[in-house]
Amino acid sequence: MEQLTSWKTEDLSKEEIIINMGPQHPSTHGVLYLEFKLNGEMVVDCRPHLGYLHRSCEKIAENRMYTAFIPFTDRLDYLASMNNNLGYCLAVEKLINLPVNPKAQYVRTIIAELNRVGSHLVGIGCFAQDLGAYATPMFYCFNDREQVVAMFDELCGGRLTYNYMRIGGVSNDLPPGSDKIIKDYIKYQRKKLNDYNELLTYNAIFLSRSKKIGILTKEMAINYSVTGPILRSSGVKWDLRKDEPYMIYDKFEFDVPVGQNGDSWDRFKVRLEEIWQSLRIIEQAIGGLPEGNPVAKINRVYKAPAGAEAYLRTENPKGELGFYLVSDGGEKPYRNKIRSPSFCNLAVLPELVRGLNISDAVCVLGSMDFVMGEIDR
Amino acid sequence: MEVVYHLYSFKNKIMLTLKVFVPLNDLAVESLAGLWRSADWLERETYDFFGIKFLNHPDLRRILNPEEWDYYPLRKNFTHPEFFPKPESTGLKG
Repeated sequence: MEQLTSWKTEDLSKEEIIINMGPQHPSTHGVLYLEFKLNGEMVVDCRPHLGYLHRSCEKIAENRMYTAFIPFTDRLDYLASMNNNLGYCLAVEKLINLPVNPKAQYVRTIIAELNRVGSHLVGIGCFAQDLGAYATPMFYCFNDREQVVAMFDELCGGRLTYNYMRIGGVSNDLPPGSDKIIKDYIKYQRKKLNDYNELLTYNAIFLSRSKKIGILTKEMAINYSVTGPILRSSGVKWDLRKDEPYMIYDKFEFDVPVGQNGDSWDRFKVRLEEIWQSLRIIEQAIGGLPEGNPVAKINRVYKAPAGAEAYLRTENPKGELGFYLVSDGGEKPYRNKIRSPSFCNLAVLPELVRGLNISDAVCVLGSMDFVMGEIDR
Repeated sequence: MEVVYHLYSFKNKIMLTLKVFVPLNDLAVESLAGLWRSADWLERETYDFFGIKFLNHPDLRRILNPEEWDYYPLRKNFTHPEFFPKPESTGLKG
């Protein structure tokens, strides 16, 4: 008993400790390794370490013909493979000045937007899971995504890596009766989105966990080149589909949802709103689908003149995906630089988690919705 | 070697491509990380793959490749190193 009474709080050690989160950790969405410096439970500093999933995609691209790199783009952001395919194909088409027929553009838009819905559903479901809403929202979202994946399975035979887009078109036309299937899906998904509002968006626990956590200001977002839903949640009305329309996005009516505070809840809300807008685009594209054959005659070898270069950006679910292709006149690109959205978005993480509790840092991580496959490339 | 920057202005909606030529015997450029924080990781990536040094960079370390490497894999003269050298023969016969 003597020992207990002589024990004082001043004797407790007060130095900052360093803990490792990852590379294997359920909240880091892949193999991300975060080094946290903690004062008690408060994060003093955070240092991300990358490279566990590095597969040298850019070096591989230099040793392959233009057409042979399409399957590799599937593996960048594996939740939005179609969007990656699209970005790469558009970049090559820009490099070699290849026109694309209108039907192929419509089919590409429908498919890319469907995949955006799928990707955002995973983002929402995993975010709720990270906040401790164990399994239920995740199962709801994955069940809805399953419908998208099943459609893609019917379309191209793949469930995760599709390899569907081709330079100059797509690999095959939409199967017969697909417009009815997609219309039914839109109706189903809209009903479900209302359910999410009741289940998650205005849920008291969810609000108290995610409101005012990890606030990203407008200035900081622009300074860090943050793009996609994270930028829009900070109040910057910026969407490449709207501001610099590529393909046929200028033909459709849709809004760009914008957040107010740039906190974790806003990031979630912007993603949810974007699903509504994507469904609107799909509906309009299905209605205006022109006649024709989207399947292009594909050459094995494409060549661009020496010194030609093209930088093309597309709006991916995670942000702005850019491909920078440089040609030396050969059948392979001289350089293929991939500007992946998650890579630039993750760079802002240390700023966001500084001063938060470690449990709130997990909330910020979930709300960023990144994919390690595209960060490490 | 050539360093290419793609700069974009949100306000004026203008994209600017800036190319800087650096001699092979002195691969160093001034860092932009003080101006735009996003240049921090992108310059680290360039350093990692090409060995171009960015002067006055806050934290110039390798980002994707192992820290102890002295290869620059995206250079054209890079050849695949012998990662796992064959074990030397122990002299046993059998």
